[in-house]
Amino acid sequence: MSAEKNNKQGQKLPLTNPATLDSHSDEDDIEETSPWKDTCKYLQKNRFAITGCLIILFFVLFGFLAPLLTSYSYQGQDLANRLQPPSSEHWFGTDDVGRDIFTRIAYGARVSMQVGFFAVTGALVFGTLLGMIAGYFGRWIDTIISRIFDIVLAFPSILLAIAIVAILGASLQNALIAIAIINIPIFGRIVRSKVISLREEEFIMAARAQGMKNGRIIFHHILPNSAAPIIVQATLGFGTAILDAAALGFLGLGAQPPTPEWGAMLAASRDFIQLAPWTLIFPGISIMLVVLGFNLIGDGLRDALDPKMKN
Amino acid sequence: MTAYIIRRLLHLIPVLIGMTLITFSIVHLIPGNPAQTILGEAATQEAVKNLEESMGLNEPYIKQYGIYVTDLLKGDLGTSLRTKAAITKEIWPHIAATFELTFFAMLFAIFIGVNAGIISAWKQNSWFDFLAMLFALVGVSIPVFWLALMEQWVFAQELGWFPAYGRENSRDPIAAITQFYVLDAFIHLDFPRIFTILKHLLLPSIALGTIPMAIIARMTRSSMLEVMQSDYIRTVRAKGAGQFLVIYKHALKNATIPILTVIGLQTGVLLGGAILTETIFSWPGIGRYVFEAINYRDYPVIQSGVLVIAFLFVIINLIIDILYTYIDPRIKY
Repeated sequence: MSAEKNNKQGQKLPLTNPATLDSHSDEDDIEETSPWKDTCKYLQKNRFAITGCLIILFFVLFGFLAPLLTSYSYQGQDLANRLQPPSSEHWFGTDDVGRDIFTRIAYGARVSMQVGFFAVTGALVFGTLLGMIAGYFGRWIDTIISRIFDIVLAFPSILLAIAIVAILGASLQNALIAIAIINIPIFGRIVRSKVISLREEEFIMAARAQGMKNGRIIFHHILPNSAAPIIVQATLGFGTAILDAAALGFLGLGAQPPTPEWGAMLAASRDFIQLAPWTLIFPGISIMLVVLGFNLIGDGLRDALDPKMKN
Repeated sequence: MTAYIIRRLLHLIPVLIGMTLITFSIVHLIPGNPAQTILGEAATQEAVKNLEESMGLNEPYIKQYGIYVTDLLKGDLGTSLRTKAAITKEIWPHIAATFELTFFAMLFAIFIGVNAGIISAWKQNSWFDFLAMLFALVGVSIPVFWLALMEQWVFAQELGWFPAYGRENSRDPIAAITQFYVLDAFIHLDFPRIFTILKHLLLPSIALGTIPMAIIARMTRSSMLEVMQSDYIRTVRAKGAGQFLVIYKHALKNATIPILTVIGLQTGVLLGGAILTETIFSWPGIGRYVFEAINYRDYPVIQSGVLVIAFLFVIINLIIDILYTYIDPRIKY
């Protein structure tokens, strides 16, 4: 775990960061170090998290700048140039209908980031909401919601996603919905346990004593205080969502051709592996790097935000 | 202990009911007319009507669900629309195939993962530690299906060391008794065949086992590091026990619980990953059974396959929970 790697680094560094202490004494007029600033500082010291950020930044730019980086279209076929090996003209070679793989991977980065973003946002919103309700109100509402979480988590996640896509029909949008659904209970459980521990805190009781409404207590006091684990899970979930979408795409249950989705690209090129291995190597490495990037950031964030979770 | 197991079993009931509700709804949540969707656009009205009747889709939901659960309790998983065979009969060889594959994948993951984790903790900050953890970090992020494709390409197609597809030599099929082919070959005392079957198992097991291996290695390392710092380990050392004995006999025992938890969780990942691995290696397991059923819109098979896999997952987690109390008697429930 990169947690251990941080420990290693931690041994080299003094336990209390002198920079933080300095800023404490120097700037006494402004808001000083907030937990977020501390987190940023901690992350900057974590080489693994930095590497992760760079990888993700690279792919985000890669996707954004795709039209500038390449003059090919991601769906333009060129049968005369099919299965060409990597060259100065086609950096990553061409696929079985002569499409430039570099171009398709660049546009694929857009697809992947969108998938990650929407699946995680969906799961985060619904999971947080349900977890809040379950944890805050307790009793039978909690029992029902927690049981539903248990049941959904009783299925191996990708299997449930496959079943949902089998119901809704194979498309990128439905794959996205399926991935969001399987992630709801993961967020829900985290939020619920956090809310339960916060519910009895004195500052919540004080807010209630002041006559504050439930909704306001939840959104102004409980939610901000449960943000840390949600953020960590969202980062890790981003990577998993992209991986799951690629898996569904590979099975033909996600993005449909000619969408340049990395998993679907692997499926389309499967038969040419001996003839043109580059058609599989580059999309695969792209998926791996993006997932690795999010894992590195997620691990780093976890160590930074919650020192108790460190081993 | 017994009370705990009973409570744990009772807790299972709502989960199992919920699971059947979800698999039951698979057919009913199909947008539009399920029977029409299953048969395709070109189907005649009459064919649609017949299917609705044979699947009982005209009855009220509650009655349908009642019939579904009663059938399940009787061990009847329904009839495949494609092969017209009873799923209960058809599914067993697939379950066995998946079990055999996940067993070897887990064996690989645990053996390599636990030992790599132990050596990493033992030789903390050494080059081995660095390489093993770097490998583990990459291993967690590798897409199973891509790894499987790469293995197949390099070791089966380019080098020709291992077969690329299937469970056995299809021209010389085994007379299956238990459907666990390694076991069957043992029963027949057919040793060359055991070798062939193991050769078929190797690539898919490694593909499937890589992610759990990486996670187990990381978990083992961190829990070993924690245990190695405890007082009783210092006492064991003071007694003059050798490093090997300290690690494998004393430390590992107390580092087992978190490792076991990870193994339990990873089994679910394995059962899910099996769908992808089985598709790539043409492994006739339950994952591929379900996947093919999706392509043929064979909904009864999808329903039962998903239910069986989820059921296996729940049972494995139950076993792990019970194992905890055996391994660590300090755990009281």
